[in-house]
Amino acid sequence: MSTPLFEYLLRLGDDRLILGHRNAEWCGHGPILEEDIAVANVALDQTGEAQLLLNLAGQIEGQGRDADQLAYWRDETQFRNLQMLELPRGDFGFTMVRQFLFSAHAHFVLEHLASCPHDDLAGIAAKALKENRYHLRHSSEWVVRLGDGTDESHRRIQAALDELWPWTVELFYEDAVDAALKAEQIAPDQAAIKPKWEAMVTEVLTRATVQPPKGPMRMVGGRKGRHTEHLGHLLAEMQIVARSHPGASW
Amino acid sequence: MATEAKPAAPTEDPVKLAEFEARCDRGETIEPKDWMPEKYRRQLTRMMSQHAHSEVVGMLPEGNWITRAPNLRRKMCLIAKVQDEGGHGLYIYCGTETLGTDRAELIDQYLYGTAKYSSIFNYPTLTWADIGVIGWLVDGAAIVNQTMLAHASYGPYARAMIRICKEENFHKRQGYELCATLARGTPAQKAMVQDAVNRWWWPSLMMFGPHDTNSPHSADLLRWKVKQKSNDDLRQRFVNLTVPQAQAIGLTLPDPDLKLDQATGDWKFGEIDWSEFNAVIAGNGPMNRERIAARRKAHEEGAWVREAAAAYAAKHQPAAGQAA
Ligand SMILES: [Fe+2]
Ligand SMILES: [Fe+2]
Repeated sequence: MSTPLFEYLLRLGDDRLILGHRNAEWCGHGPILEEDIAVANVALDQTGEAQLLLNLAGQIEGQGRDADQLAYWRDETQFRNLQMLELPRGDFGFTMVRQFLFSAHAHFVLEHLASCPHDDLAGIAAKALKENRYHLRHSSEWVVRLGDGTDESHRRIQAALDELWPWTVELFYEDAVDAALKAEQIAPDQAAIKPKWEAMVTEVLTRATVQPPKGPMRMVGGRKGRHTEHLGHLLAEMQIVARSHPGASW
Repeated sequence: MATEAKPAAPTEDPVKLAEFEARCDRGETIEPKDWMPEKYRRQLTRMMSQHAHSEVVGMLPEGNWITRAPNLRRKMCLIAKVQDEGGHGLYIYCGTETLGTDRAELIDQYLYGTAKYSSIFNYPTLTWADIGVIGWLVDGAAIVNQTMLAHASYGPYARAMIRICKEENFHKRQGYELCATLARGTPAQKAMVQDAVNRWWWPSLMMFGPHDTNSPHSADLLRWKVKQKSNDDLRQRFVNLTVPQAQAIGLTLPDPDLKLDQATGDWKFGEIDWSEFNAVIAGNGPMNRERIAARRKAHEEGAWVREAAAAYAAKHQPAAGQAA
């Protein structure tokens, strides 16, 4: 019974829910206090965006589910986030490279959505676009600083990029859900976003003195609920309290 | 606290010292550039840095539940709270630096030396209810202490406290509201919050430190108007505030001796287990080793990031605006 818009909102919402969760893991464990605070800020924004998007998804679905029910009571094959976002947080360099690759893409997606004909979605996207500008600036500055810092930091940023790059193919994944929403001028055309993303990414990576690897891309399936083994563990932790007390309010 | 290195007390110019103490007596604010006795500087550096370390170490027990918060609203509240505590740490470190010791050195003193942080954070957070109880009791106790410190003679400390107290009040209200929600929830939720109160009550009372007769630094701090009230006075104030709050949401406090003294209006309470307090202060509490280990790990694993940021800033000197 799921409509393309419901599916599409789950994809947008789950991306932010899962990446926000990973980013929040840094709270108390950052390399400097300023970054504990900054990364927590990003996690807060993303969790807030997820809440708005999933609430809207629940509304569209019309079966009485809200963001909490969608976040805490779906199983892993029902999640629609990009696989890249569920990978463990890695070192600080990995976290920054991932945030940058994602935020650069999100920038163009949100820019489109902010002026799409679906008012509720456009409103959320406009807010998220503003927040994402900060995420993009913060992460790209760190990618440059670390890429062009010491030998060790350069090596770590290059390694993070080597690890993450093959997952980026999924950013541009499209299927019937996108086709239906493109027909309504809601979803953007990923083929049109790709060169813009590449230009933005190349500019930053050049300043960071690192290069994307040449090898093959990964097989991915997050948009269809096919995930890495990491997501199940993430959800087990995230959902444990809520699911231990069915029907409780918090 | 007794383990701290104590350089010989410097001999101060008696005229300047008398003038300084007169200023404190008149309730004037001492600013970083003003003359101050070395002992005042040392005591404040100790006290303020200990406070800053506490804010940062305090991120760990609560951070422990961010990934398990039971709904999105609570998750965001908790992230924001832990983030606030980091901000408090940062703000107080900056205040401490005005006394002449930089943050890196202060951090070294607690990660690898003998500097302390609040003993309360050496207890584990075992259930979700601990998040509510910490906000209510631990932030609540901190507010009682910090409201007094907002009148401290040292300007940067007093100003930091005024700003921080506003946020601590918010944390306390949020924590209390969380406890109230659990207390009127399912039987399992109610049992969870009562158990958390049972575990955190006594450690919260210990936050105010030893009896005044056993508090090594109290006399100086009181004379110089860094502190305006004794540990025991503050503790009593906290108990008086908290007992009716517990009653209002149907929770009990784990002290059979608790009773209202009609004459004074004070809630009299039982004797604190000082052997537990001393064991925690000495580093043998339930979580001392884990807390320090977690902070050292973050610090050491972050070394390459800090070095890289410094190297990048040095390389790009002319465009200094780009650095962190
Ligand atoms: Fe605080
Ligand atoms: Fe607080």
